[in-house]
Formats: sequence, C-alpha cells, structure tokens
Amino acid sequence: MKTTSRSENTIFQYIDKPLVGLYILLTLIGWVAVYSAVYNEDHQSMFDLSQNYGKQMLWIGTSYLIMAILLALDFRIFEGISPFVYIGTLALGIGVAFLGREVNGARSWFEIGSFRFQPAEFMKFATCLMVAYYFSNTDVNIQKNKTKLAIAAIILLPIAIIILQKDTGSALVYFSFIFVLYREGLPIAYLLYSGLAILVVVMTLLLNEWAVAVGIVSVATIYMLLSRKIKPAILRAFLIAIPALILVFSVDYAFDNILQEHQRQRINVLLGKVEDFRGAGYNVHQSLIAIGSGGFFGKGFLQGTQTKFDFVPEQSTDFIFCTIGEEYGFVGSLVLLFLFSVLLIRILMVAQRQSTRFARVYGYGVASILFFHVFINIGMTIGLLPVIGIPLPFISYGGSSLWSFTILLGILIRLDSGRKISLR
Amino acid sequence: MNQNGRIQLVIGIILGIFVIFLGRLFYIQVITDSYSLWAAQNAIRKVTIYPARGVIYDRNGERVVVNRPIYDLMLIPLKMTEKMDTASFCDLLEIDKTVFIERVEKARKFSRFKPSLFEAQISVEEFAAIQERLHEFPGFYAESRTVRYYPMGGAAHVLGYIGEVNDAKIKASEGYYQMGDYIGIAGIELSYETALRGQRGVRYQYVDVHNRIVGSYKDGAFDSAAVSGEQLELSIDIQLQQYVEQLFAGKKGSAVAIEPSTGEILAFVSAPNYDPNLLVGSVRGKNYRALANDSLKPLFNRPLQAQYPPGSIFKPIQALIGQELGLLNSNTRFPCGGGYRMGSHTVKCTHVHAALNLEESIQFSCNPYYCWAFKTMIDNNGTLNPSEGYQIWRTFMNRFTVGTRTGIDIPNEVKGILPSVDYYNKVHGSNRWRANSIISLSIGQGEVAMTPLQMANTMAIIANKGWYYPPHLVKSVGDGKKVPEGYDGKIDMGIQEIYFDVVMEAMQKVVDEGTARAYGKLDSIAICGKTGTAQNPHGKDHAVFVCFAPRENPKIAIAVMVENAGFGGVWAAPIASLMIEKYLLGGTKRPDLEKRILEAKIQ
Repeated sequence: MKTTSRSENTIFQYIDKPLVGLYILLTLIGWVAVYSAVYNEDHQSMFDLSQNYGKQMLWIGTSYLIMAILLALDFRIFEGISPFVYIGTLALGIGVAFLGREVNGARSWFEIGSFRFQPAEFMKFATCLMVAYYFSNTDVNIQKNKTKLAIAAIILLPIAIIILQKDTGSALVYFSFIFVLYREGLPIAYLLYSGLAILVVVMTLLLNEWAVAVGIVSVATIYMLLSRKIKPAILRAFLIAIPALILVFSVDYAFDNILQEHQRQRINVLLGKVEDFRGAGYNVHQSLIAIGSGGFFGKGFLQGTQTKFDFVPEQSTDFIFCTIGEEYGFVGSLVLLFLFSVLLIRILMVAQRQSTRFARVYGYGVASILFFHVFINIGMTIGLLPVIGIPLPFISYGGSSLWSFTILLGILIRLDSGRKISLR
Repeated sequence: MNQNGRIQLVIGIILGIFVIFLGRLFYIQVITDSYSLWAAQNAIRKVTIYPARGVIYDRNGERVVVNRPIYDLMLIPLKMTEKMDTASFCDLLEIDKTVFIERVEKARKFSRFKPSLFEAQISVEEFAAIQERLHEFPGFYAESRTVRYYPMGGAAHVLGYIGEVNDAKIKASEGYYQMGDYIGIAGIELSYETALRGQRGVRYQYVDVHNRIVGSYKDGAFDSAAVSGEQLELSIDIQLQQYVEQLFAGKKGSAVAIEPSTGEILAFVSAPNYDPNLLVGSVRGKNYRALANDSLKPLFNRPLQAQYPPGSIFKPIQALIGQELGLLNSNTRFPCGGGYRMGSHTVKCTHVHAALNLEESIQFSCNPYYCWAFKTMIDNNGTLNPSEGYQIWRTFMNRFTVGTRTGIDIPNEVKGILPSVDYYNKVHGSNRWRANSIISLSIGQGEVAMTPLQMANTMAIIANKGWYYPPHLVKSVGDGKKVPEGYDGKIDMGIQEIYFDVVMEAMQKVVDEGTARAYGKLDSIAICGKTGTAQNPHGKDHAVFVCFAPRENPKIAIAVMVENAGFGGVWAAPIASLMIEKYLLGGTKRPDLEKRILEAKIQ
C-alpha cells in the first residue's frame, strides 16, 4: 500500500503549488474579464457555448486537462522531443503562411470547422524548448561565436516564419530570449547595447534621422575630447558611433520601406507624431478611455460602459486589460500586475533551483516569454507601446494562446516536480 | 557578475517596468479625469427633444400653420469607421460622393466628437428607408424634428418662415439658442418667436459603439420634457385672405383690410405671392433662391414696404385737417378753371368745372381746390409763417400715419415719405419756401409716399371718425387669448367728429355716383371710398382705391393697389368691393365682375 501510493504521491508532492495556484487564478480572472467584455443581455448564461465566454470556459477546461496530462507524463521525455516539437511547429508555421486563412492581412490561422488554430502560438514554447535543448549540450559556451550563431539561428528561424505570415508584431516576443542568454552568460554589454539601440531607434522615429546622426557624432566627439587616453577613446567612440549611425539610417529605411502602412501609422500615433482618434489611434484612444474612466475602484462587474458597449475593439483578446482597468479600476490593475509579478518571480525562482541546464534555461525562457507578453500587451493598452497584437497570457480570450501558455508553464512545472527524482 | 546578481537584475527590470505601468495607470485612472469625460462622451448621448412650435389659427379658428414631423441626420465624425460603405450610404441618401466628403470634412472641422447636422429635414417617407440601414453606418443617427406645414397655403407674407439659427443669432441669444435650433426669420414667425418657440427638452441615453440606444442614463434623472410653443390666433380671416390672393392672380400689387374698431388686419395680401410650403424643409434654400431671383419679386412684402404716392386719396385727409384748423368748412369754395397756375407751372385738373365746395371737391377729385386749400393751410394759417404752417399740417399728417409707421406687429415696416421742415429748409433755404414751392404735396404727389398698409390705416381712422388701434396681425397669444402688448391703446387724431360727416358723405358719393360707381357700388351696403392714381415714372400708373364699409358702424377698411393698372376706379375699386362682399355677405352677387377680375392679367 505504502509503496504504490508513494510513487503516485511524488508527482503531486513536488508540484510547485504557488505556480499552479497562480495559473488557475489567472485563467479564472481571464474568464470573468472575457465574460464582462462579451456580455450581452440576450445571452446571460455563463456557459453559453455560442458566446466567447462559453468557449473560453471550454478552453480553460481543456487547458486544465492538458496541464494534467503534462504532469502525468514522464518529465524526461521533454528534453528528448524538443527538436522534434521545434521542427514540427516550424513546419506548421510555414504551412500556415501559405495555406492558412487570411485575417486582417495576416495569414496565421488554420481553420478546422468552426475552430481556428494559430501555429505561431505553439512556436513560442517550441522555441523555448529548443533553446533549452541546445544549451543542455555539454560543449555550449555563450562566449563562443559558434554558440551565438546557433542560438541566433534557433531564435531567428521562427521570427522569419512569423514575418512570412505577415504577423510582424508577435515576432517581437522572440527578442525576450535576450534575458535567457544574459542569464546564461551573455555579457551585460549586449543588454546595454540593446537598450542603447532602442533609444536610438525611438529617437530616429521621433526626430529627423539627420538630427539623430549629428547628435551621435557630437556625443562621440565630446567623449573623445574629454578622454585622457585619447587612442582607446577614439576606438571606443568609433565602435559605438558607427553601428549607431548605421542603425539610424537602416531604421529610417526600414520604417519607410519595409513596414506596412498600418504599422507605420501605429508607431506614429504612439510617438504622438500624428493624432488620429479614428484610424490607427482609435484602438489606443478607446483603450485609454476605458481604462482611464475606471478610476480608483473601477465601475464594477458588468458596469463598464466602454467595454460593454463595444467601444474598444478586440477587447476580449488583445485589449482584455481594458475591461479589467475599467471595471476594477486602479485597484484591479494593481492586483493583476501584482499577480503577474509574483508569477514571474516564482518562475525565476523555480528556474534557479533546477539541477539540469535544460530545465533551468527552459524556466528562464518561460519567464522571458510571459514577461514580454505582459509588458507589450499592457504597455500597448495604456498607450506606452505601439499596438502589437499579442495576447495577455492566461487572460485574453483564445484557445491557441491559452493552450500554448498552459503547455509552456505546464512543462516547467513538470520538469520542476521531477528535479528531486533526477537527483536520486 | 554572478548568476544571482544577474537574476536580481532581471527581476529588477521586471519590477521596474511594472512600477512604471502602475505610475501610468495611476495617472490615467486616478489623477486625470479627461478619460472619464471622454467615456461619457462615448457612451452617453444627449438627445435634444425639440418642442413643437406654436400652432397658428386664423380669426375663425382655422389652422393656418401646423407642424409636421421630419428627421435630421446627425453625424459624430469620431464614431465613423474606415470600413464604412460610403457608396451605398450615398445611394441611400441620394447625395454625391463629393458632397458626402465635403459634409464630413465640415463636421470634422466643427468637432470630432460633437454631433453635427449632416442632412437636414428628411421626410417621414424618405426616412423609413434610411432608418432600416442606419445601424450599418456608425457615427450617424437621426433626430426627430418638426417643420412647419401650411394646410391653407396662403398668407406667406404675413406668416414669414423659420430656418436654422445662424452663428450671429446664437451669440446674440447668450446661450438660449443652440446649433440646429429653428428660429423665426421673417413675418410673424420672427416677431412672435418667443411665444412660438417653446422650450427644449433633453434626454440622456446610453449608446453602444454602433450608436444603438441601449438604455436611459440614470433612469432619466437628468432628462427634461419639451414644452410646446404657445398658439397664436391671427386677426386674418384666412378665407378672405385666400380670396383676395386669387383676385390678385396675374397682377402685381397689395390689398390690406383692417377692422376699424379693433385695428385687426383681416387680409394682408402682397402679389405676386408664393406658397409658404415652398420655404419649408430641405428645399427651402433652393426655393428661396428661385423666389429671390424672380423678376416679379414675390418675396417683396408690398403692403409693408412698397411706397407709392397716395394721389387723390390724400384729399379726404386734407379736408379733415383744413376743417380742424378752421381754415376750411363745408361751404368753402375754391376756383377750378382746369388748373392751378403758378408762374410757368400749372397743376391740372381732370375736368374744368365751376368753383366747388368741400364735399364736391372730394367727390370730383378737384386738384386746384386742394392747391388752394394747401396754400391756405401753409401760407395763410393765421399769423404763422409757411414753415410753421407746414409743421402743423405735417403733425396732423403724421397722426394719420402718413410718413410714420403704423407699428404693425411684423418687422421691416417702412415709414413712407413726408419731408420735414428741416428738409425743405435745406433744399430751398430757411424761410425761402412757401406752399407753391411744394404744391405737389397738396394732391398727394411729389415728395410724399405711403405704403398700402398706411393707406388702409388712414381709411380705418376716417371710418372711426378720428382714432385707431395700431393695426396688427395677431389677435391673441396663447390659450389665455392675451392681446399682444402695445395693440390695445387707442390713438386719437385730435380732429372733431363732426368734420368727418362731410368727408364721408363725399366718399360715399364717390362710390355711389362718382369715379368708383361703375364697379365699386353695392346695392346693400353703403361704401365710402376714394379712387386714386399713383403716378409711376417707370411705366403705367398704379391704380389705387381706398374705402370702408358700411358707412355706419364700419366693419372693414380697405386699401387696394394694383400696379400698372392705370385709373383706380377700373381695377382697384372692384377688387375692394368684392372683398367687402366676401367679408360682409359671404360672397359676391356679381359673378361676371368676379370672373373678369380673376382672369385679368396686369403685369
């Protein structure tokens, strides 16, 4: 009796309860928010499958099932199947780029019956697995150029496929792996350079590219003049200024020639260069109105006029945070951000305690991907970032994304629950 | 940096960004309230409920002006979507795409989030088709309004018209009027605006993004009902009015009929006229331009604004003033001799006859008689010099509303012409002029001009033997039948009643035996009248006939002016006598005459 129950117990005994609890809590918050966002008086039943909140209930139920299955699997298989999952989802991604259904100009959906399925969502955890898998090789060293190139290829491949699907926004998520690489030993300079690059890009978009170029050159010149040791200073100045200048002009070129019109519009609106409450700026403006009118305590469950009367587009998916902001106010927003912080920190702590490099890197990957989603999604709804159509993890309506985030987190929980066993 | 340090930096970045987010959230949710205002703007629509404008009845209770429902299509540019099917929208409204773009731009310039009028006054029939599909076009919604409808289709010059209030009037009203309100622009609609307009109501409603009404805001706590405008009772007899309008078909001119005992105007006709229904609704602008460009000037309010030399109808007034001044009496005779000679100039008479007395002078319309009489009143009024004599004469004339406004209750009345002493001093030099210098005045020619309304009022004064109430078109205001302010005070001429007998006798003879005998005389009613011919330097003379009837206890005083019709007895007198028959007897017993007048065209 004792022996049989012991092996069963081990699975549940070592499962990280805070993560599972947070996961369930967030999905339920999401469901209430979706119910509010979609609510109409003709369909008041919370489980009406013709309505999105009814469907979301179905997605949540199946997600829990997926979570249960993942926890029941042998944790050792994940590492081994990683390359196949990666290649498999990339193949689906390429397939959808040519065979998928076109929605809002992007070709990123497969349609099976009345259900739609988005391979890009699944590429996220697949890439995360693949990065972890690659790092688990013994000869990997992030200082080496070979490793850098291999990692870059693993990350850039899905980006390329997503751009092929014309869904540029969600490609940004993959830049979150910079945190993973940093944790695995990438020099801090890369983080700084990334920050500097973002600054230069924003300045270029905001100002004239020549003005930014002149600015860079003058800063470099001043730096050289003020330095005591002139030679290394000149070298350093050139090493930073020249790539910066290249970046300035390539951003300008990319903005004018590569980005699509609606993307240019969104960026211009965000930067405040054009004020358009109806076109590109409409979403953000309405989103700000919804959140801003929530006040300190919010308007209450189902009382949000802006979201309830459909002023905010995509409010059950990408703009789900509006519903929370409007109906639960600053307090509700604070609670949600707090829950996400706890989740992310918990994931990082879980990742930290992993004994295998695969599990640890995977854990950081999970944290990075989730963080990037939360960062971009909420940043967009409160007008700090451009409108990029990516979901708020566990909250937004949508089966593909919820399943994908569930698998992403589920694998980590399973890996974590197995860590004690692998030590034995 | 060790790995713990690295993980702490990552956590730091995460928390740092979330703190920035919270700061931003605190700002937009708690600190600034502009988003709450936007939210209200978004979801709460203020719907103005326009009051029904006051209904207007004639003196017999016939409905002359009523209201008819129409719809105004409003636009809130902010709520339009890019996906909107502009082509089918334009088809639906039957407008051009360029017009559509123009109007959207205009609305956008006014305000992105406040409603602008997109298409005004869509009829109930047309709106039925639009309403069905309106939900496909976010940003557009309809407001129900009423417009004027004139079931009788007459008295356009009396009633005036309404239109949308302009910016200047909105400013002048200090907040009373709002964009899109209707306001009286002419006629009674303008002068009785405050009584007719009523009070706006307002209703707040929740709308969704498709502009569908989803409920009332706070259960209507801030709503207010509209209060309808007050009703008006016209002094006009619409049957008489329409009859006269028909008589004037194909002619230019005016007719004004006043009830002498009250000053109530019974008919007020300006010809050519127009159907007041033309200046209603979306077609108003187009029709107004067409009427304004019409060479016959149908918009010109002739009884109120056209000025004519009064001619012979001046004579009864002269006779009254002369008697009151003690300078004329029923036995006063002046020579005729076919003309009044002064140097090289002669004021001719129509005939040559023996010296006439006062009564005969009116009956036969003797010009030289009144030149002598005028000379007597101006030059030989006791010890007064001519300018003092003229001043006294002019004061009496002014009392008869010659050269002064009658004070009718619609705007833009002109006062006619009767020069002042100062004017003649300027023209001729102080004390260098006398009666002969201005002798044309004696027979109502030269520098004197009256409106048909003034002429009719003069007849009312004679009918009353020396007094009048200011003529007015509105008999009473509101359910309480209040007489409009300023129209209940009698104005007296300061001329003794006995002097009127000789004038009335003469005027009755004009109709019974004189110049108006042929077409003016009625067997059953004693009419006092005077024909005139107003000289017209631009063409054929204008025919004038003024009268009142019956002589005892007069019920109606009339001035009829038919432009370019020549002698007053032929065209003006029959119209006046037909009016008297219509008003006092209910219709004419002279169908041949009526037919001749109805069919005559004089342009």
